[in-house]
Amino acid sequence: MSDFPFLLLMIVVPAVGAAVVAALPRGRELLGKQISLGVSLLVLLLAVLATAAFDAGGDRFQLTSSVSWIEDFGVSFALGVDGIALVMLLLIGVLVPVVVGASWDDAPVGTRSTTTFFAWILLLEAMMVGVFAATDVFLFYVFFEAMLVPMYFLIGSFGGPRRQYAAVKFFLYSLVGGLIMLAAVIGLYVVSAQQGEGSFAFEVLNAIDIDPDVQKLLFLGFFIAFAIKAPLVPLHTWLPDAGAEAPIGGAVLLVGVLDKVGTFGFIRYCLPLFPDASRDFAPYVLALAVAGVLYAALLAMGQSDMKRLVSYTSIAHFGFIALGIFAFTTESLTGAVLYMVNHGIATGLLFLVVGMMIARGGSRRIADYGGVAAQAPAFAGVFLIAGLASLALPGTNSFVSEFLVLIGSYPTRPVFTIIATVGIILAALYVLLMYQRTMHGPARGLMAAPGAARPAAGEPAPAGGHGTTTATATATATTATARRFADLSRREIAVVAPLVALIIVLGVYPQPLIDLVEPAVADTVSDVGGDPGGVTPDVDQNGAETEAGN
Amino acid sequence: MDTVPADGLLSASWLLIALPLAGAAVLLLGGKRTDRWGHLLGTATIAASFVLAVACTFQLDDRQVAVDLFTFIDSGNLDVQAGLLFDPLSAVFALLITGVGALIHVYSIGYMAHDPRRRRFFAYLNLFVAAMLLLVLGDNYVALYVGWEGVGLASYLLIAFWHERPAAATAAKKAFIMNRVGDVGLALAIFVMFTQLGTVTYEGVFGSVGLLAGGTVTAIGLLLLLGACGKSGQFPLQAWLPDAMEGPTPVSALIHAATMVTAGVYLIARSAPIFDLTETARTVVLCVGAITLMIGAIAGCAFDDIKKVLAYSTVSQIGYMFLAVGLGPIGYAAAIAHLLTHGFFKAGLFLGAGSVMHAMDDQVDMRRFGGLARKLPVTFVTFGLGYLALIGFPFLSGYWTKDAIIEAAFDRGGASGWVLGGVAVLGAGLTAFYMTRLMFMTFFGRPRWAPSEPGRETPHPHESPPVMTVPMIVLSVGSIAAGFLLVQAFPLDEWLEPVFGVPEEAEHVVAPAVVGIAVTVVMLLGVLAAWLFVGRREVPVVAPARVSPVTRAARKALYADAINESLFMRPGQWLTRALVWVDNRGVDGAVNGLAAGLGGSSARLGRAQTGFVRTYALGMLGGAVLVVGALLAVTAG
Repeated sequence: MSDFPFLLLMIVVPAVGAAVVAALPRGRELLGKQISLGVSLLVLLLAVLATAAFDAGGDRFQLTSSVSWIEDFGVSFALGVDGIALVMLLLIGVLVPVVVGASWDDAPVGTRSTTTFFAWILLLEAMMVGVFAATDVFLFYVFFEAMLVPMYFLIGSFGGPRRQYAAVKFFLYSLVGGLIMLAAVIGLYVVSAQQGEGSFAFEVLNAIDIDPDVQKLLFLGFFIAFAIKAPLVPLHTWLPDAGAEAPIGGAVLLVGVLDKVGTFGFIRYCLPLFPDASRDFAPYVLALAVAGVLYAALLAMGQSDMKRLVSYTSIAHFGFIALGIFAFTTESLTGAVLYMVNHGIATGLLFLVVGMMIARGGSRRIADYGGVAAQAPAFAGVFLIAGLASLALPGTNSFVSEFLVLIGSYPTRPVFTIIATVGIILAALYVLLMYQRTMHGPARGLMAAPGAARPAAGEPAPAGGHGTTTATATATATTATARRFADLSRREIAVVAPLVALIIVLGVYPQPLIDLVEPAVADTVSDVGGDPGGVTPDVDQNGAETEAGN
Repeated sequence: MDTVPADGLLSASWLLIALPLAGAAVLLLGGKRTDRWGHLLGTATIAASFVLAVACTFQLDDRQVAVDLFTFIDSGNLDVQAGLLFDPLSAVFALLITGVGALIHVYSIGYMAHDPRRRRFFAYLNLFVAAMLLLVLGDNYVALYVGWEGVGLASYLLIAFWHERPAAATAAKKAFIMNRVGDVGLALAIFVMFTQLGTVTYEGVFGSVGLLAGGTVTAIGLLLLLGACGKSGQFPLQAWLPDAMEGPTPVSALIHAATMVTAGVYLIARSAPIFDLTETARTVVLCVGAITLMIGAIAGCAFDDIKKVLAYSTVSQIGYMFLAVGLGPIGYAAAIAHLLTHGFFKAGLFLGAGSVMHAMDDQVDMRRFGGLARKLPVTFVTFGLGYLALIGFPFLSGYWTKDAIIEAAFDRGGASGWVLGGVAVLGAGLTAFYMTRLMFMTFFGRPRWAPSEPGRETPHPHESPPVMTVPMIVLSVGSIAAGFLLVQAFPLDEWLEPVFGVPEEAEHVVAPAVVGIAVTVVMLLGVLAAWLFVGRREVPVVAPARVSPVTRAARKALYADAINESLFMRPGQWLTRALVWVDNRGVDGAVNGLAAGLGGSSARLGRAQTGFVRTYALGMLGGAVLVVGALLAVTAG
């Protein structure tokens, strides 16, 4: 079973699907959507089967296949996954069908073709699978750059009013990062060539010793590219624009998966290939990460545009992930990997819900909404779950990862961890502020009738209160509304239900995921000189152990 | 005392949590279909949990029983099991939570009868009970933390239950945020435990905490205290609790009086082995308790909103409990005893206040009450008993448990003992004053009834239906008898011995009888003062504006909100605005400039998409040439 080319198929199937959908004539939009959904579900099935075939206790890289590609330079089309890459493939497998379902009824912008939109989504899926499944650094680079193209068109052709500006900005940043990385990739090859036969294969590169000074240069080359991708402050400013202007489906994949290539790159390339440089630069990276946690959280609070707000929350979350990665403990790094998956699910849901709100109200401004919870309770409930997952409430998946990151980082980096922990207060603030302004209070903004008497926000509420009086108040408010906020439709329920379920299930029982990623995490930690077995407590516990044992 | 694996019924104690949780899930997922019977299901699951808790407690004897469920998080050296610990301490909490919880569920059937969202109310209430039970039953600090934030969520949902009202929505958010400030402390305490000891279970931490340096233990203690202060509305995080009264009154009774807000006391009592080792942290706990009990008592004297008075009373009474746990081994059992009796009489008082509001068309301004004793006889009697229990009227519940705390404070000895004892006695006098004032303004004097809102009728007070009065009656029985039962008949300190050990018999600094008489005299003085200032005069319907600075400060709850706003909120808003400006002009501007430099002006870039694609293609081509060139160079070299 493990000889079955799961990974190759996971690239080929959506790529072929993209070509088929793109080739459909006008008027066959529905068929295009159906094919897209079918293809993305097939990829999900492949990802699940690949996971079943994967032996968590086995070799680091499994499901491998390798075809020589550019023989002269030792480039091969080599695929393979460790636990970390595998969970990212699962995330892609889950998110793409959800995105297809969520984009089902999106009205095409202007004359843009619906089928083209779905074709780009499928092509993006193929590229994203490739970037995580590549075990050849050159191949990784190719997918890393190629991934930009579909996303560029998703933003630039199907995005909001400032889509072109956002798409160009996204592209420029990524391209600059990519070129710097390319230089480092070539440098790596040069180094390997000096030590024997030149190679781009990860396992070969991982085995060679690189001079510390060269390590620093190469580390920076990779690091800058990844720090742009999973934006660390101050390289983040493209993301709020891209996240705000991208169509919702694009935004989900951008923040949910594409940006994770950056943090994945830290783990897969920066730490194992340049361990000395990683240790040297760690304090600076951590400073950026923790500064980002606070800075982006404060900025999120100051946003008036919901999509920009969610983008800034993601920058704060990437700070937590970077903290977990550069604290170099098994616990924190496991937390960081889980965080990558969980953030994709939670923020994906948050983006979807915000998108549904925008589809109803036609505005991204928080101030244009108010009192939605009274009109659409199920919608408000899902919004709240997404928000709570974003602020890492226990019981949601994000808690597990954030907790692991923080508790794992504290032993090696107490000061940075304490500062980051303060960020959980700010997370509560930005989520609940947005929630209160849009969902709570009397009907307001677009929800209220033009010219109708609006109760001013902050007006003192009638003292006391009881169901009966409030019910009447609600009734008057709703009869006066210009636009009733429709609750979730069946299609929308089908779209959000898998993510809500994953948030709860992975929040209560995360251990299977932990078991999947931990061997690869332990390898990475020992590459960078940490103790793969986990943090050693400061105090010798032997006395207590024996006492507890009887 | 060693922990033994669960047997018999005790191995099913996870059902205590699962039943209410299942109830909540059915009500939330079932939607409108469950509207007709949802409240009954919610109540039934809590009642079943209560029966199970009673049965488990009978099977417990004086053991500590562990129930292993599943592995929650196991990574590296961190091993967090989902496990429960049923011991005498968690048993009394489980009984309190499910017992009072069941009564309040029953009451809510009547209280929320006309609310279109009653089903959701019961779902949230069930969710709360489940989270609270997890908080007290977990066998490690992470499980406690999960329950800890879970009750915070339930509290948020229930304070904001009437979320159309901006005040309710804001109060809910404020409660959650201030709680999270405390949660940071609790989380950091857990991080320190793991770093130092490599474990987060109670058994592991308590077994090895003695190996730690004194400063580390103190740090853990203070961080735990920060968490406790957030959850329990203690100084300096007390300002959210009175605002939380925006929630429906049964919520105020269950969550913001009887159970959730006492979680801080539970946390410190549970962590007794840590606090036993750090005199410094205990002293800080003492000070927090003493300061808060005075803040609550002073503010309670000045408010006219019946629920706010009760809320500040709660703040003040939990201050007593903190004072008690801060005293160390001699105070733990006394704190838990007061927590239990307070749970009964304060829940009863809140339900009574709800009954009054029910009768008065949701009016909460006591200046608009008066003369309700005749109209609401059952409410008056049950509320009156709760009142007497709270002010420590001899031989009612509060008398036994509060006196025990005051005695213990004096027994601490030395100057600090006298100061703390004096504060506690003074607090008792103030308690008597504000509660007597409340009684006079609400139940006695001439009616001052008025429409609750312009355009509505003047209310015609009527007694509440039996579904509401029966729980009030049951709780009033608790107000009468619980103190005697817990202190004299079945001493709680003996029941809790397996957890807290046997405290050394302290030398009495002041004879208990003297303390008892002194407290009673001060209490009577408080009652007398209330009669002099409130009872014998006509209550003005509008609060007098010309008052002393002390009264003005008390009406502002000693400026807690003003301080929070000027220290945190406004600087935070200013910082946020400044950063948004910087991010848009500074950081982004610099990068935009760079982008413009690379590809012409950014405006042109934005317009000329086709032009850009060409740039991109060129970029790609350039990259490819570079690669090939470099590879050739390497191969050639």
